[in-house]
Amino acid sequence: MDAIKTIDLTKRYKDLTAVDGLNLTVRQGELLSLLGVNGAGKTTTIKMLTGLTRPTSGDAYLLGKSILTDSAAVKNMIAVSPQETAVAPNLTVWENLELMAGVHGFTKSEAGDRAAELGGRFSLSEVANKRAGKLSGGWQRRLSIAMALISDPQILFLDEPTLGLDVLARGELWDMIRALKGRMTVILTTHYMEEAEALSDRVAIMKSGRLLLTGTPAEIKRHAGTDKFDEAFVRVVKEAAQ
Amino acid sequence: MKVFAFSKRNDLEILRDPLNLFFGVGFPIVLLLLLTVIQRNIPVALFEIEHLAPGIVVFGLSFMTLFSATLIAKDRGSSFLQRLYTTPLTAGDFILGYLLPIMPISAAQSAICFAVAVLLGLNVTVHILTSVLLTIPVALLFVSLGLLCGSIFTDKQVGGICGALLTNLTAWLSGIWFDLELVGGAFQKIANFLPFLHAVEMERAALRGDYAGVFPHIWWVIGYAAAVTAIAVFAFLRQMRRQ
Repeated sequence: MDAIKTIDLTKRYKDLTAVDGLNLTVRQGELLSLLGVNGAGKTTTIKMLTGLTRPTSGDAYLLGKSILTDSAAVKNMIAVSPQETAVAPNLTVWENLELMAGVHGFTKSEAGDRAAELGGRFSLSEVANKRAGKLSGGWQRRLSIAMALISDPQILFLDEPTLGLDVLARGELWDMIRALKGRMTVILTTHYMEEAEALSDRVAIMKSGRLLLTGTPAEIKRHAGTDKFDEAFVRVVKEAAQ
Repeated sequence: MKVFAFSKRNDLEILRDPLNLFFGVGFPIVLLLLLTVIQRNIPVALFEIEHLAPGIVVFGLSFMTLFSATLIAKDRGSSFLQRLYTTPLTAGDFILGYLLPIMPISAAQSAICFAVAVLLGLNVTVHILTSVLLTIPVALLFVSLGLLCGSIFTDKQVGGICGALLTNLTAWLSGIWFDLELVGGAFQKIANFLPFLHAVEMERAALRGDYAGVFPHIWWVIGYAAAVTAIAVFAFLRQMRRQ
């Protein structure tokens, strides 16, 4: 079964079509990067897939469950780490993890166990009792991803996970994301081409709400006739504009 | 469990903000102390402790709107609420999670105000307990106003509207600081039409053990609390759909 299958997924806002008849399939365990310039429709696509926005037409199936008719089941199998660092600032790192476990229905002891496991895996123990709002950007982003993983989701959405981080923090997060590959399906949006190339099994390039091309980074480069991935991306987008 | 996890988080966010503690507990106590000292130097019936304490309790509860609205507006302004919208929490969980945790905070605030009033000379009677119980619909009114404002306004707007406008409306139109009959006219009519004066009169009647005097004020308070809660739920669900 495919992890995600969208069928003519469309979102219109008055006279703007944000996503236009998207047909995309993501395999289980795959890490797919959604790429596109601003306004390409990446965020709207993720919002529809995660139940934040209802499509104008079309549908999407996450592990066979429709986002239109079975949104409760969909919410039980997904997790999102939003673009901005979405943590509760006055709660400690530990309390943030326990909160996310709690809202997913874990008991108090299960929530403690999950927090301990994720805290260990993401090396959060040293800041466990610090308030999340006092952490640096890199630590907050790390916590944000750990919060997304606490429910052990089958599909994880990472929206610009390394935006604004320094090289070291970005490298650490890349390692964490790599460690997730194969264990769950990951949908990543990013503006960093080197990030998409380094992490993705496949890449989907969008422009003006339409899907232009999908393929492995190597296939995208071959298609564009260049050995540089960022150049290949620009060529594909410009080609579509013409 | 889900709703309790969310409401516990909201409790902690409110209680860990030192400004909230100052305005929620410190400010009403300062007012009680100050006005009691004034009353001792220049006796004014309005500021006698059994008359003053219920008014300060209601005034203190008006800050619950600010706490609740600020929390919700800040959550809406960040990605945090969007993240939670992708979890199995339902719309009902969100509404209860925002409303419920502030109710015990309100009860604690009222109990502290009455405890300080006792230290300042208020007689210890069972009527204090009744008065604290009767703050429940008043607290619901203010907390629901917070849900409403937090669903509509940004956190900056909330500061002005709930922090300045609403607390002043509560203060001026509730008969805490001056006898509204002395003003009369349209001012008194407006005050009579709003719930703040009725909340104070209800509390004063309960505190002196005049349970018949609680009526009809309690109906005004319950009526407003029910109406504001219904509108607040509608406004919250509307912004949730828009998110």
